[in-house]
Amino acid sequence: MIWEAVFQPFIEFGFMRRALLGCLAISLGATPMGVFLMLRRMSLTGDAMAHAILPGAAVGYLVAGLSLGAMTVGGLIAGMAVALLSGFVSRVTRSREDTSLAAFYLVSLALGVLIVSTRGSNIDLMHVLFGTVLALDDAALALLCSIASVSLVTLALLFRPLVLECADPEFLRSVSGLSAVTHFGFLALVVLNLVAGFHALGTLMAVGIMILPAAAARFWVEGIGGLVSVSVAIAMLSSLCGLLLSYHFDLPSGPAIILVAGVAYGLSLSIGPAGGLLRQALASRRLEA
Amino acid sequence: MTTRRSAFTLFFSFASVLLWLAVPSVARSNDAIPVVATFSILGDVLKRVGGEHIAVTTLVGPNGDTHVYQPTPADARAVRGATLLVVNGLEFEGWIDRLIDAAEFDGERVVATKGIEPIVFGGEAHHDDGEDHAEDEHVAGQEHAEGEQVADVDHADDEQAGQGDHGHGTHDPHAWHDPSLFAVYAGNIADALVEIDPGNAADYRDNLAAYRTELDELDAQIGDMMAAIPEARRTVVTSHDAFGYFACAYGLSFEAPRGLSTEDEASATDVADLIRQIRERRLPAVFVESIGDRRLLDQIARETGAVIGGTLYTGALSDPDGPAGTYLDMMRHNAMTLRQGLEPSGPFGK
Repeated sequence: MIWEAVFQPFIEFGFMRRALLGCLAISLGATPMGVFLMLRRMSLTGDAMAHAILPGAAVGYLVAGLSLGAMTVGGLIAGMAVALLSGFVSRVTRSREDTSLAAFYLVSLALGVLIVSTRGSNIDLMHVLFGTVLALDDAALALLCSIASVSLVTLALLFRPLVLECADPEFLRSVSGLSAVTHFGFLALVVLNLVAGFHALGTLMAVGIMILPAAAARFWVEGIGGLVSVSVAIAMLSSLCGLLLSYHFDLPSGPAIILVAGVAYGLSLSIGPAGGLLRQALASRRLEA
Repeated sequence: MTTRRSAFTLFFSFASVLLWLAVPSVARSNDAIPVVATFSILGDVLKRVGGEHIAVTTLVGPNGDTHVYQPTPADARAVRGATLLVVNGLEFEGWIDRLIDAAEFDGERVVATKGIEPIVFGGEAHHDDGEDHAEDEHVAGQEHAEGEQVADVDHADDEQAGQGDHGHGTHDPHAWHDPSLFAVYAGNIADALVEIDPGNAADYRDNLAAYRTELDELDAQIGDMMAAIPEARRTVVTSHDAFGYFACAYGLSFEAPRGLSTEDEASATDVADLIRQIRERRLPAVFVESIGDRRLLDQIARETGAVIGGTLYTGALSDPDGPAGTYLDMMRHNAMTLRQGLEPSGPFGK
């Protein structure tokens, strides 16, 4: 029974194995980024990025036609430009990070729509660009796995300055030259994970798998190492359960995975030991005279 | 300049620019009647019936995806200046009502599918050829393998109940894939043209009669081509469920991972069932479409060892010098591609 329910779909079908591998890769690469985004109060960056990459994809389409590679590279460049510009502006002016990001992504989106309209294209570029987890070919898998590797290595190298930058950026700036490297390196990694995620898995999955497990993990552990580990575990488990639900109950895969992660978030919110609602209710009762 | 004065200047210049933009610019040729068609296939039949008496503007051009199209201000201007607007209906153009309101269109509107009995997705098929094989496939919804129909009756019921929640209604809008139904399209359009331009009624009727003859020839031609394919191999796998009417008319069955719209997301069950079907029936080829994303079909092809049999044109014509520049070319191209892909003695035969 367990065998049939859990293992057999993956044994019988190659596309299920690939989908699982792709999800595991993005859980390893993107979810740790999500933890740091959450700590820096930038959780809505993912959605902003989904719009910001449009002009890059449009230019890629103009240059090379309907080539997914060109459009992805173009999207990457546009996303990087927006992320780095907004990071720069937030460091140098009074504009906060979320404000500057909002400003730049809106400009980017408008530019993208303009480029697409003047060229008179009938094809919905974004529709073509965003993929689905069930359709991962070798190239997409290789992309996801390499980006996961690059993210993990970079994260390991920049771990301490990154943590400090989240907690007290001014202090880091005053004592170390790594501040700028860390800040922009982190933003670059976020864009990389997001664009690759969009290409391979679609917007919902890429952004969802970044943010939801991190948000859920917050209610279980306090330390940063724990947060990263627990969130990656939740992401992987959600992927597995979501894929199985999609297989057995005829649900679209991306939304199924994200909804499972959402349920995990709801559960964590309610019964999580670190600040969950139940724990709060119990604690306050203990304090009453 | 004080801050207040510069603020006023800014405000008034913005206001005047907006006012200027709001003045409609109407440029009309005195002879040809301006007509707007929502997508390229309708534009083609309009041109054939209307001839030189009308000037046709098409909103969704060649290779465009009407399911997910987003209208532009140029489209609104075109609609506003049109005397006649031709839409497909059956909820194919989900965006058209809003566009009509926004453009304040006050001309005639004709629904090309008026009078056609639509196929209800997931329900009974409407056709008379008594092809039980194809009918079963329609009744249970195109997403289930044959063997599972009995066991999954409850599941199919749930799915039928849930079909109404699909983004694009429960009627299959792709009626143009059956040439005999396309003749109804042409008839509706001719009637509308006669109504708004009675002076040229004779020309419209003549054009209609000539086109109907060509459509009959096409119907017979495709019928012969499809009849040559052995019964066991008459299953076509493509991206989304666009070929319901073609299947009914010519006795094929079509399977697709996505539903009635290119916007639908496939579930793992759909893909798994399709792969099982292809393996069991040893189908040699799957067919990509000219619109939308082909990666899911590539995945299915990879896993089953099927080849990509060719490109089918479903919701749009190709460029004028491509293989499907007109409706007749499109239908012939599709039929030939299908025949070559499915025939055992064809290039992909096993």
